[in-house]
Amino acid sequence: MLDKEIIAQLEALAGKDNVLTGTVDRLTYSYDATADLPRKMPDVVVLPTDTAMVQALVRFAREHRIPIYPRGAGTNLSGGTVPLKQGIVLSFQQMNKILDIDPANLTAVVQPGVVIGALNAAVAPHGLIYPPDPGTVATATMGGSAAENSGGLRGLKYGVTKNYIMGMEVVLANGEAVRFGGKTVKNVTAYDFGTLFIGSEGTLGIITELTAKLIPAPKHRRTMTGAFRTLADAGNAVAGIIAAQVIPATLEIMDRMTIRTVEDFARIGLPTEAEALLLIEVDGMSADLVQAEAEAVMQVVRDNHGDLKTAETDQERDRLWTARRNALPALASLNNTVILEDATVPRSRITDMLVACEQIGRKYDLVLGTFGHAGDGNLHPTILCDKNDQDEMARMHKAVDEIFQVALDFGGTLSGEHGIGMAKMRYLGNELGDSGLNLLRSIKESLDPDYLLNPGKMVPVREV
Amino acid sequence: MTAATTTATRPTKTYHDELAVIRAELDKCMKCGNCMAVCPVYGAEKKEAAVTRSKIAVAQAVLDGDLELDDPEVYEMAFNCLVCKSCMTNCPTKVNFDRIMLALRAALVRQNGLPWLKRMIFSTLKHPKLFDASMRLGAALQPLAFRSEQGGRAISPRSPFALAGGAIGFDADRRLPAPQVTPLREQVPEVVRVTNPVARAAFFTGDSLNYFYPDAGRDLIEVLTANNVEVHIPRGQNCCGVPVLVHGDVDTVRTLARNNIDAFEATGCDYLITGCGSCGGAWQHDYTELLASDPVYGPKAEKWAGRTYDISTFLTRIISLRPPRGRIDKVVTYHDSCHLKKSMGVAAEPREILRMIPGLSLREMSAPDSCCGSGGSYVLTHFQTASTIGRKKAEDIERTGADTVSVGCPACMMQLLDNVHRFGAQQEVTHTISLLAESYRRERA
Repeated sequence: MLDKEIIAQLEALAGKDNVLTGTVDRLTYSYDATADLPRKMPDVVVLPTDTAMVQALVRFAREHRIPIYPRGAGTNLSGGTVPLKQGIVLSFQQMNKILDIDPANLTAVVQPGVVIGALNAAVAPHGLIYPPDPGTVATATMGGSAAENSGGLRGLKYGVTKNYIMGMEVVLANGEAVRFGGKTVKNVTAYDFGTLFIGSEGTLGIITELTAKLIPAPKHRRTMTGAFRTLADAGNAVAGIIAAQVIPATLEIMDRMTIRTVEDFARIGLPTEAEALLLIEVDGMSADLVQAEAEAVMQVVRDNHGDLKTAETDQERDRLWTARRNALPALASLNNTVILEDATVPRSRITDMLVACEQIGRKYDLVLGTFGHAGDGNLHPTILCDKNDQDEMARMHKAVDEIFQVALDFGGTLSGEHGIGMAKMRYLGNELGDSGLNLLRSIKESLDPDYLLNPGKMVPVREV
Repeated sequence: MTAATTTATRPTKTYHDELAVIRAELDKCMKCGNCMAVCPVYGAEKKEAAVTRSKIAVAQAVLDGDLELDDPEVYEMAFNCLVCKSCMTNCPTKVNFDRIMLALRAALVRQNGLPWLKRMIFSTLKHPKLFDASMRLGAALQPLAFRSEQGGRAISPRSPFALAGGAIGFDADRRLPAPQVTPLREQVPEVVRVTNPVARAAFFTGDSLNYFYPDAGRDLIEVLTANNVEVHIPRGQNCCGVPVLVHGDVDTVRTLARNNIDAFEATGCDYLITGCGSCGGAWQHDYTELLASDPVYGPKAEKWAGRTYDISTFLTRIISLRPPRGRIDKVVTYHDSCHLKKSMGVAAEPREILRMIPGLSLREMSAPDSCCGSGGSYVLTHFQTASTIGRKKAEDIERTGADTVSVGCPACMMQLLDNVHRFGAQQEVTHTISLLAESYRRERA
């Protein structure tokens, strides 16, 4: 617990209203959206209102060796914002101004607390979009999603957050504010600092401003689903679509367990005998091109024995999307604990990965459904378990270990979009090896030698 | 479900009686934070403790013994919620957060008792004659403290009171509906008969239409009779109890519910009509849950729950209303009252009615179903937050260019009246049913 003198000084730096010390307030910053992780209450929560204030707070914290946990909306799925070593939670929910929208340069400059959906709403009148669309677009902040390098449903065609951040202002662990990048498409001045901080999960610096890249909103789209009797047919259809040189905006897959659970949950007439369901959306600026792509996709679905449904109206599109939208809620309704993983494999191994997840679920006698982004190989094996059943929780942990190992064996990665945080830290060596861990440490220690920024996440704290 | 089976499975204790009953509801929350996208209090305050998932976490901590129920911070957090149910519309795991909030507040009141002011006000509610007398006395004395505005339909605080009340929003800018000396139920007979009625409906007026908006109440009766419906307005009815329920006073609301059920049983009507989403929601949901363990009133509550309709649903779904022909040249925007839409599921019906009125142009505002910030008494206890929420609503209304904002709930009418005066362009605020009644009147003229 921090003493009164420290709190008084924080209040002097940030203003009394922006410093929260009550038990209830601190409790509500002790967790994020990740299940089955330890919680910890911070000593204090500070809500900064500008960069200078962040700098002053960082300098003060460093002087007193108090850990700082930067936080956006706290919707991440890796335990990335839990203040494991207490200290200060720096919540950016109040730094939520859109500073500039520049249609000529296709950019927007935002404070880190701006919600992704709010940015999209603000640029929509210009016919523009900010494409990264994690499931939490309506709540997650730009700062948080940049720090986590969030993905989403449009990753295959439009990429992920790192492809849309052109510039930043970052407060370093020494209190200096550094600005790099900007509105130019090309910029090779010095190192590519952006890649250092995007996906750094708040362990290297604190993002205080972002320049985001915007693109024209696609004017046309076609949506369809294909139900397949075997996983192999579904996998071949995914490969076939790419082979036909179509890059869909959305190419989502659901396994049988997920299909059946969604049907029980929402009663929307899904084919419960199917082994897999694909949701495919193609989009673009020209109606002819989009139509040609849609026809190519339809042909591939039929060639692979898929039962095809297409949407002709917005209402029909909405109906096709209902199944995918309900995947997580439906699975979550089965029990009190939702373990949502994001192990990712090369696209060509999607079928193998789906089969492996199903086998692992059976092996450990768990309720496991898999859905996810077939187009970019990013699957969400989801285990539903009872947090009060110790035996089941132990089996779940073994299953998760095995899922990660299988993903790596297939040439994949531990995390496609949720990040490492504290949830996957212990698996890092399996993917990166000792040399990778050493590189991680040297970068961390050169920028934050005292391990004061989000300690206990991503980089194991070196015990002195 | 038949009455016999429900009696057999009646719980001995509901979540209104014991906090632990709500545990399973709490466990449904994944802490995903989707509630942040729609919670009006969080939107205004931008602090975690304001939002639903955090209130659930705090309730869990209380049940786990990590926080004390009588911790003043727990109390403050529990009452910093409008119970608007917006979070419930956005919740992937369908957490019934209204039950959690009510369970928590009831537990707080069981442990700490009611604050003296609430105790005093709520106890008069249980004695309808006393409550009625005090409302009339208030109406008679109101010119001492309030100035008359808008031709006697609204009032605002006089300067000495405005100075003292500034902190809770009773400043000179405040606009409130003027309480009427003769309440609605005394302006109309107990039964309004028509020849060859197509239906017999009992009108639950609620306190707001009775004391503050009797004109809208009379409009509702007029519309029903214009559609050949016999209307009963039982004198024995009292407050629906929602204002008391949200303060955790379970005993009082149960008394009010039983009184109301007795009053409506006596009418022998097939339908119960409301002109307020909170009242309708009480009849449709709260009474059955409050009286779930009562073998006598439980089944009666269930029966009336199935007979309760908002006036707009009754007109468009039960009977087929006679299309109005009187022209109203107004540009109207419609605000979805939280309890009307999120508790009673009414959103399409009022819009259908508005579109039927010749000359009237309906122009949707952005986010018509985002809360106006009223929350009944929330606006009194949390004026700053309610104002921030209300300002956004007033701006959304103003952007439509509408000259009139229509709504199906008197509590929203009060808040909107103040909002459009403070932050908007003084648009006219009206109950949807009054526009329909006006159109019927104009065709006669």
